[in-house]
Amino acid sequence: MGGFLLSMQGAVSQGVLWGIMVLGVYITFRILDVADLTVDGSFATGACVCGALIVNAGWNPLLATLVAILAGALAGVLTGLLHAVFEIPAILAGILTQLGLWSINLRIMGDKANISMLNADSIFSWLVKATGWKQSMVALFLGGVILVIVIFVLYWFFGTEIGAALRATGNNEDMVRALGVSTKTTKILGLTISNALVGLSGALVCQSQKYADVSNGIGAIVIGLAAIVIGEILLGRLRSFGGKMLSVVVGSVVYFMIRALVLRLGMKANDMKLISAIIVILALTIPVLWEKWKIRRSYTEGGSL
Amino acid sequence: MLIISNVEKTFNRGTINEKKALTGVNLTLNDGDFVTVIGGNGAGKSTMLNMIAGVYPIDRGKIILNGENISRWAEHKRAKFLGQVFQDPMKGTAANMEIEENLAMAYRRGRRRTLKWGLNKEERIKYKQALKVLDLGLENRMTSKVGLLSGGQRQALTLLMATLRKPELLLLDEHTAALDPKTAAKVLDLTEKIIDENKLTAIMITHNMKDAIRCGNRLVMMHEGRIIYDVSGEEKKRLKVSDLLEKFEQASGEEFANDRMMLS
Repeated sequence: MGGFLLSMQGAVSQGVLWGIMVLGVYITFRILDVADLTVDGSFATGACVCGALIVNAGWNPLLATLVAILAGALAGVLTGLLHAVFEIPAILAGILTQLGLWSINLRIMGDKANISMLNADSIFSWLVKATGWKQSMVALFLGGVILVIVIFVLYWFFGTEIGAALRATGNNEDMVRALGVSTKTTKILGLTISNALVGLSGALVCQSQKYADVSNGIGAIVIGLAAIVIGEILLGRLRSFGGKMLSVVVGSVVYFMIRALVLRLGMKANDMKLISAIIVILALTIPVLWEKWKIRRSYTEGGSL
Repeated sequence: MLIISNVEKTFNRGTINEKKALTGVNLTLNDGDFVTVIGGNGAGKSTMLNMIAGVYPIDRGKIILNGENISRWAEHKRAKFLGQVFQDPMKGTAANMEIEENLAMAYRRGRRRTLKWGLNKEERIKYKQALKVLDLGLENRMTSKVGLLSGGQRQALTLLMATLRKPELLLLDEHTAALDPKTAAKVLDLTEKIIDENKLTAIMITHNMKDAIRCGNRLVMMHEGRIIYDVSGEEKKRLKVSDLLEKFEQASGEEFANDRMMLS
């Protein structure tokens, strides 16, 4: 039982750290209404930049985290330019950036596939030293604080004039242009902010797991989508913007709890990608089937109800 | 003042789908002109409005609005001068956003977007009063999502949004065509009222000849990408639908056969 609780605590802190990435995916998938596959690459970029700067270059972990955010943002700018300016479909633009980032990430880490950060300082190890708390407790606390800050900043941003234009872009591009805003700019901006968050999440995850790996981000987009739909299923009633961000975070935490549970049931970690894919497939197909079933059921031949 | 001179546009040039949409459009609008535009399918009516709005680049000619040559400006830059209402009621508003949020965005048309909060208290009061004019009860539903509104309500809201900040030119592209007759009449009344009260310069495409004759101070007829008839003032007031049909046959040498054109 103790082991179970421990794994659940670990799952919650993972859910919180990955939740920042899921917020990034939410911005593109739900607000901008594009599926941005850059995420798999930019998550790893965040991790690789952070790991390389801390271990290989001996940088301050906080500074390394900030640079990881910038690196993620840059990946977003690239996808944004490919999509908005050169009119490459969003999915393909994201795949191209993601593919290119694989090589770049390896270069960043000095042509190695991973960097161990076991003996390196991190923002988490600082807090462990300062408080004497356990690593998983620190990850949960610090991750939670950063997550709350991110949510407040996003809440503020999407309430501003620029943020409103960005939200409207996912709704109705024609209107946005007719009201004097370039949808190229808003799309690039949205992808940039999204991938900046993904980069931050990558940097935090690599510091908490104490290694950076070029394959860190594989499947990140599916984790993001799964977390979003789980959150919407659980807290779909929340209609306000703050409520939606909360549901995203809850979705992320629940996802990692399910994952921990599945692992404890004896499945392998490698099976998790399949499980994630199945969760997303179910979440996307059930509403469609449900609608069709309702329409079929409501048919009556005689017209009387 | 709007000057359109020798504007030409061909779509899919050099392919079998080549379509000469505009073949030399010349039109000068004085301030306060309210022009109705009629013509058959493919006459170039919508293309003309899209060229003014900058949806596609023009091949040749000039579009000058209030002394500025906007011929090669990007769509979102021209928006500073233009209010637009489209045929599709879905096209003018953001469905997942609140009524007041939509209005707030429209109020910032042509202004630089900043990191200031997107909607403030004084604005809310202003929007409430503006919505009252529509007489649809929307002033009590300001935080409702626009997606919950009917097509007519959305079109009325779009009209309000297009004129919330006075445009140099209002473009109406068959904006009542997708509505039921009663709602269409109401939106049209509202259109005339708003144009009249704000002394707007406007171009309205319509497929209803009676509306075209009744509304505005000027009427133009388009055919095969050109303006073939332009009438204003007293002459326009005396027009009858039969006159328009005759004009059309004279100018084009064809009979006016068009299912969508409402003759009565």
